Amino acid sequence: MNNDFLIRFCDVSFRYESDNETPLPLAIKNINIDIKKGEFVAILGHNGSGKSTIAKLSNAIILPETGKIFVDGMDTADENLEYEIRQKVGVVFQNPDNQIVATIVEEDVAFGPENLGIEPKEIRQRVDDALKAVGMYEYRLHEPHKLSGGQKQRVAIAGVMAMQTDCIVLDEPTAMLDPKGREEVMKSLLRLNREMGKTVILITHYMDEAVKADRVIVMNGGNVVLDGTPKEVFAHEDVIENAGLELPDSAKLALMLKKKGVNLPDGILTPDEFIEGFKFSVSGGALN
Amino acid sequence: MIKDITIGQYFPGESFIHRLDARAKLIVVFLALVEIFLCKNFLSLALIVLFAVVSVAISKISFKVVFKGMKMIYFIIVLTSVLQIFYNDSGTVLLDWWKIKITTGGIFTAVFMAIRIITLILVSSLLTYTTSPTTLTDGISRLLSPLNKIKVPVDTLAMMMTIALRFIPTLIEEIDKIMNAQKARGADLDSGNLVQRAKALVPIFIPLFVNSFRRAYELAFAMECRCYNGNNKRTRMKQMKFSWRDAVAFVVIAVMLAGIILLNYFFGAVI
Ligand SMILES: Nc1ncnc2c1ncn2[C@@H]1O[C@H](COP(=O)(O)OP(=O)(O)OP(=O)(O)O)[C@@H](O)[C@H]1O
Ligand SMILES: [Mg+2]
Repeated sequence: MNNDFLIRFCDVSFRYESDNETPLPLAIKNINIDIKKGEFVAILGHNGSGKSTIAKLSNAIILPETGKIFVDGMDTADENLEYEIRQKVGVVFQNPDNQIVATIVEEDVAFGPENLGIEPKEIRQRVDDALKAVGMYEYRLHEPHKLSGGQKQRVAIAGVMAMQTDCIVLDEPTAMLDPKGREEVMKSLLRLNREMGKTVILITHYMDEAVKADRVIVMNGGNVVLDGTPKEVFAHEDVIENAGLELPDSAKLALMLKKKGVNLPDGILTPDEFIEGFKFSVSGGALN
Repeated sequence: MIKDITIGQYFPGESFIHRLDARAKLIVVFLALVEIFLCKNFLSLALIVLFAVVSVAISKISFKVVFKGMKMIYFIIVLTSVLQIFYNDSGTVLLDWWKIKITTGGIFTAVFMAIRIITLILVSSLLTYTTSPTTLTDGISRLLSPLNKIKVPVDTLAMMMTIALRFIPTLIEEIDKIMNAQKARGADLDSGNLVQRAKALVPIFIPLFVNSFRRAYELAFAMECRCYNGNNKRTRMKQMKFSWRDAVAFVVIAVMLAGIILLNYFFGAVI
């Protein structure tokens, strides 16, 4: 067992239980994913491609039909390890409404650490830190049902952050956020990853978020179709389109310009890279 | 309209009442409720009304909010009072017509009952207005913790209560949403006889039930994810500590008890 891997999916297949005789098709088809400690991984895929299913598999909420999943070397199928696994991997689900347990924001954020038996003082510290990190500190005494969708989303993220797990899996955490909120959440995730060394798995529909990750995994119909650095993954325009996705805006623009004969370098993904490339090509063009 | 219900709601604050320990508050409120029933004449009743009104004033929760919250209960108050008028036939007769007989005794009792119920609600809603539901359930579970010894799962029951409280507003919102969605599709919910109206409610409650099960399922996942399993030793962020405030509250409620007994004794019972 290689100890550098935090989460390993080994030939994992999974299907949801059907309400009638005919079994449902596989939601996850024989996938292999190894996630290293400290990695920032983005998972992309169209609706129903199996992203949320991966999130649930990663901390023993559901178990694979065939294959094995290991979290820090622990088999998720082993019931005795459930508690330890969940101390390693925290999951923020898609719908914030159904994850908030308590009737006051700060009490909800405290729920996880309380379950772990942390000292009251330490819990207070963690709760305040987590709420500040997601920009919800002023709302700590509010009732969750009176918050907007995006605010609830942030509380749900804080709730998992306060558990201080080694790895955080977030299922479309920014889906309900406005651009500014998205940026803030993205920033705090990057900080968690870069400064505190946490492993982050971000399930998203936003390409500009995926570009900031160390690694991008593209799902299509329960299969992993691409897995690599953003540069490697977004070089496969055809596969991306086949998976029902689009390239990041800057990459799209660069590609369009290149087709029109503008001389731009390959692998442009972000606005900054685009500007650099464009400057280079304009100055180069002037020299010619 | 459905959202106007404020009973059971919590209004955060920093007042003396807010800062009482939840356990102390529960005991004091319980004693106050007992005292309300001990009142036998208008003087002792006035004393407890004074206590309730002063408590609300100290809590800095506006009387408007408190009385708005009672709206749903006015009906019950009026009904009990009216029943008292007809039921009780002591004192001088004021009106005697056909089978209806109204007496001074009846009116006294009716007024007495009305004040009693209003005070009852005032005191008990002050409890929920000034204590967060989580703290409240925490307090209850601490008070009941001796029951753990006879294998009553107090903590689990407290968790169930917290979740119920947490989801009541969510479900109310959902009912509103579904009703509007059905109305938008042309459902007629407000007219017809009782049977027709009851039938019109079926398409509201079916989606509500289906959604509730889905919610419960997802919530269970989320709770498991956050390491809840119903039997681990949980710590709490907010420690409960008795302070001088709680002592003051106990003294006040004890003095009240003595006062009520004395007033009852010296001025006789009218009820
Ligand atoms: N509880 C369930 N019961 C039955 N089938 C399910 C259930 N949840 C998901 N599925 C099916 O499993 C497949 C994968 O679903 P999953 O939720 O993982 O998709 P997703 O990639 O997260 O999609 P989205 O982008 O919409 O969130 C889908 O075909 C879906 O219909
Ligand atoms: Mg999903």
